[in-house]
Amino acid sequence: MSKAKAITLSVVGLLAFLSIWEGFSRSGVVKQTLVPPPSSVPTALISEIELGFWQEMVMASLSHYSVGLLIGSVLGILFGVSMALMPRMAASLAWTVRILRPIPPLAWIPFAIIWFGVNETSAAFIISIGIFWINYFAALTAVQAVDKDLIEVAKAFGHRTAYARLTKVILPAALPGILGGLRTGLGQGWMTVIAAELFGIPGIGQRMIEASGLLATDVVILYMFTIGALYGVTDYLFVQVQERLLAWQK
Amino acid sequence: MAKVIEISSLSLGFERDKQLLTVLEDLNLAVEKGEFISIVGPSGVGKSTLLRVLAGLTSAFTGDVNVLIEKSKDKRPFSMVFQEARLLPWRKVLHNIMLGLEGLPLDKAHKEKRASDALQLVDLTDCADRWPHELSGGQRQRIGIARALAVEPDLLLMDEPFGALDAITRQGLQDELLRIWRETGKSILFVTHDIDEAVYLADRVLLLAGSPAHVTTEYNIEVPRPRQRDGAELVKLISEIRTGLSDSYSYGAGI
Repeated sequence: MSKAKAITLSVVGLLAFLSIWEGFSRSGVVKQTLVPPPSSVPTALISEIELGFWQEMVMASLSHYSVGLLIGSVLGILFGVSMALMPRMAASLAWTVRILRPIPPLAWIPFAIIWFGVNETSAAFIISIGIFWINYFAALTAVQAVDKDLIEVAKAFGHRTAYARLTKVILPAALPGILGGLRTGLGQGWMTVIAAELFGIPGIGQRMIEASGLLATDVVILYMFTIGALYGVTDYLFVQVQERLLAWQK
Repeated sequence: MAKVIEISSLSLGFERDKQLLTVLEDLNLAVEKGEFISIVGPSGVGKSTLLRVLAGLTSAFTGDVNVLIEKSKDKRPFSMVFQEARLLPWRKVLHNIMLGLEGLPLDKAHKEKRASDALQLVDLTDCADRWPHELSGGQRQRIGIARALAVEPDLLLMDEPFGALDAITRQGLQDELLRIWRETGKSILFVTHDIDEAVYLADRVLLLAGSPAHVTTEYNIEVPRPRQRDGAELVKLISEIRTGLSDSYSYGAGI
């Protein structure tokens, strides 16, 4: 399929989705407050921008998101790579990981509030937890899967130190897997950012709760779209970088 | 002729099921400068293990490996060509060839020069800027050879380098290897299970057999080059070595 055709198809698909939704909303089967039409979003956007909320909330959420993403990704990759390289350490922490892993990021909210208060740090902390695990497991698996033959090649050509092994073979070989984890984390981060803000930290999530309390469902939809768009942009940009870094793959 | 490498009373074993398995025992081998030696033997006898010892991939051996040539900082005494090319897929061809040069005290321009010279030697200069996945199997193997040549080894170790290629490509690469060998004057230790190949290429064919293994028979291939693959002299030698090899299977080596 040509690139132009793929783009056309994706636009057509999106328009069809919006039209059906619009039609359903206007048909009067249910009240418009319950399912506001997508055409109400631009008006909501203009009014939110005029009130100054939209910019403020987007900036606040972006800041929680970036900090959480950065901390979670860096630590996750760091720990994942280290554990893969140190089987003994991995074995001794295996059960700790098993117990901590399934705890949903949001379950940390009480502790986040006790430790940091209802503020940005709490939001970043909660977001980073989900992202940490994704990156941890992606990096761990990627490093464990590195072709031993290639490590041997490096050794045969004089790269015998652990550092050389890491930089010449392990990290580049594990890069596709690590980037895959980063990308998953990028999406997961947006999911938790909203949830983390629902308990009162200023941001898109908080604004959505306020709006839904007033039954301003068009505003809720507006912020849903906003999240979608923000994720779309971050993911798109990430894929551009990823494709460059992995140009060596088929 | 001057000796390049001398291996004396090399023994090597490893533990399996709490028992010490001796793979190589009291193996002696001297390689002359510019000599092409093929090693044949039953599968699992330890041919590759011998190369791995020389390449520094295993240190669990006793005996001596002496490099008799003056050591030079900007070279490596041994370098290896593997059965699969084992190129690093994230490096372009030229960068792959530079792998062995990266630890050597050379400036960047010098390393690039050495790598492109090696690339020219295998006649793939056009491919410098390609990714490994864009090359054919034969081309990849030639890059593997270039990578090994770039470090200017005293002894080039080749572990069934053409074993995974189709017959036509294999013959082409054998002739290419002979040309490179003539041009560079390298000493080569070439492990193969293909007797025709061993005889066609080498000055000397060693039969490695027994359990634990050592060099049981040595065949001098005193046939002038270029050789006829199906010439009477080669055919006679091939059949002689084949008999020796099948005898060595019954000798008790693993199959």
